[in-house]
Amino acid sequence: MIPLAMRSSSVPWRAKLRRIRALVVKETHQVVRDPSSIAIGVILPLILILLFGYGLSLDVRNVPLAVVIEQPSPEAMELAAGFQLSPYFHPRLLRSMPPAQQLLLEHAVDGIVRIPADFARHVSAGDAELQLVVHGGDANRARIIQGYVQGAVGIWSARAAAQGLTSAADPVTVQARLWFNEADESTYFLVPGLVVLVMTLIGGLLTAMVMAREWERGTLEALLVTPVRSDEILLGKTLPYFLLAMIGFALCVLSAKFLFHVPLRGSLWVLLSASMLYVLVALGIGLLISAWVKNQLVASQLTMLVTFMPAFMLSGFLFDLRSTPVVVQLITYALPARYYVALLQTVFLAGNVWSVIVPNTLALAAMAAALALGSRAAMRKTLE
Amino acid sequence: MRMLDSLLRILALTRKELLAVLKDKRSRLSLFIPPVVQAFIFGYAATYDLNHVTYAALDQDHSAASRQLLAGLDGSGVFERVANLQRSSDIATYVDARRALLVLQINQDFERQLLSGRGADVQLIADGRNSNTAGTAIGYVNSIVQQFNSDWGGEHGWAASPVRITGRAWYNPNLETRWYMIPGMIGTLTLIQTMMLTAMSVAREREQGTFDQLLVTPFRPFEIMAGKALPSMVVGVIQASGVLLVAQLWFRIPFAGSYLTLYTGLLLFLLAAIGIGLLLSAVAATMQQAMLYSMLLIMPFSLLSGLTTPLSSMPNWLQYLTAMNPLRYAIDITRRVYLEGAGLNLLVADLWPLGLLAALTLWGASWMFSHRMQ
Repeated sequence: MIPLAMRSSSVPWRAKLRRIRALVVKETHQVVRDPSSIAIGVILPLILILLFGYGLSLDVRNVPLAVVIEQPSPEAMELAAGFQLSPYFHPRLLRSMPPAQQLLLEHAVDGIVRIPADFARHVSAGDAELQLVVHGGDANRARIIQGYVQGAVGIWSARAAAQGLTSAADPVTVQARLWFNEADESTYFLVPGLVVLVMTLIGGLLTAMVMAREWERGTLEALLVTPVRSDEILLGKTLPYFLLAMIGFALCVLSAKFLFHVPLRGSLWVLLSASMLYVLVALGIGLLISAWVKNQLVASQLTMLVTFMPAFMLSGFLFDLRSTPVVVQLITYALPARYYVALLQTVFLAGNVWSVIVPNTLALAAMAAALALGSRAAMRKTLE
Repeated sequence: MRMLDSLLRILALTRKELLAVLKDKRSRLSLFIPPVVQAFIFGYAATYDLNHVTYAALDQDHSAASRQLLAGLDGSGVFERVANLQRSSDIATYVDARRALLVLQINQDFERQLLSGRGADVQLIADGRNSNTAGTAIGYVNSIVQQFNSDWGGEHGWAASPVRITGRAWYNPNLETRWYMIPGMIGTLTLIQTMMLTAMSVAREREQGTFDQLLVTPFRPFEIMAGKALPSMVVGVIQASGVLLVAQLWFRIPFAGSYLTLYTGLLLFLLAAIGIGLLLSAVAATMQQAMLYSMLLIMPFSLLSGLTTPLSSMPNWLQYLTAMNPLRYAIDITRRVYLEGAGLNLLVADLWPLGLLAALTLWGASWMFSHRMQ
């Protein structure tokens, strides 16, 4: 070891740079030549972008709905026409309940609105009742449908009140406005969320696999006995994957902006630096896991478990974290995806809100630093 | 006799495969602990229901009526008032910094308008960064305001609302997302691991060179394939049962259907998943490739399965594409058997595509296997 140390101390940083460059070149060749790395670095982001942008949507439109008119009166027909004109419903008019129930059973409709036989008489008496049955399987969708039906009936009652058919409307009306997403497009939060998934996959999974393979084959030990130092190995190994992740990031941001027209209201530089930090964290997790288990199969399963699934489920990009039990909330504080999602949603939709950006960026930076030290220690330990 | 020999060889290979997977403690744990842990965590986390909504009140009226309306929110157990704002310029501060999901603004002539019989508006501002969460929260506020309307209207001689809607939800009376999500997990969590396990077990043999050794043994390609498929099948069934147990024993979601129907569907699904895994392993040269290719499939499979977002909200061309997704059928089957108690006759539309997928992929895989030999 001593002559090596002396040799590298003559022009230490140049030799260091040369060694790192050699490693980067070797690793880049490996990435470029292996079709599967390209697949996960470029093709997977593209597939995900298209799926998220076009495929995933929580917007409910054209709900198949059975409207049961037990006795056609002008009032009932007008109410049914309201459903037919609404862009939210695709109603099927029926005359009795049993066929409607059969449709619901076969899941051919998502709900039944029953306008009872004596509807017209009760409307003039002011105590009419409508029956709404929804397929509750998908609770979120069912709730949205309930809201839509209420809205459609509300429009009808307002019109009926204006015509003097019924008495006045409700005392208090809520006028709701959705900030940052006035048109209520779910694409607006699903596409920024996609960035988290892509970065997690490339940064965490790919790195874990690559390093676990080196451990498994013993090529990493072989590297360790060369003049290359352990932190140089770390840098040389991770730099190509860092760049690959940034390519995925660029693809995501470009398509978010130009393909799906998601506004980018904050600064691109904030977004870029936050993303670089997050990739570093994901890389660090991948490195640590692979150094710990040294087995491709286990490393891949474990990385999926601690990076990808939480990024999807526990990051707050789809589900609201405030409504989870305290234990789960505590777990999410340990997950980098949580901070990154807060940053993404804010920078994309709300703008440069420093009270959100600063604490979340600091959390990511702290994690990146801790993981860098951790993976260096993990590499060192095996040197002895 | 030849049949029996073949069967014995398959069983021997299965035993060897199971040993290879199960002898290592870490890989044993990584197969059986994650699905159960994930079922727990996601059972709690993967819900669109809100039970804690932070809101700020901007009450410019300070009247009995406005206090009664706010008390309705505070008393619901869902809404937590994080601040009483003084100026409308404060709204942005609270919403931007994510300190409040909602801001309810009550104008200063609120009570006067109510007493005059004209009716009043209240403004509700929601943080739309996750527009689905915001929409659900707005819905909650609406139902509380409705309650206020009937209370207040009754006390002050308003005519009752002309039309009342009485609602009922089939199969999930309290509209809990968890009831929908966890049965869907049974298929999703098993797909990930069975597909990867199958793809990687062949790839590992190939990477270590033992696959060629296997080919010079009396094993026929079909037997090798069956020997690789059976262990994954066993693992998949155990994993699915684990998630099922969590759903029933821990989350107490009532099981409405028959186990026979459920497991028939699951077996077909696992066959299809394993078939795809075997096909992948025939394409992949290394474990890393096998793993990455499975990821490449698992992502679209799980995103386009109807687990988190409904299939019916997707554009038509994508809905046609999902016809190739085994998970889509599995999730539909598990949910309908679990929640609705659907029998095989109602599930035909899901079962035959799964059967077809299983047959096609397994046939394709065995073709690839035998052609790799020459």
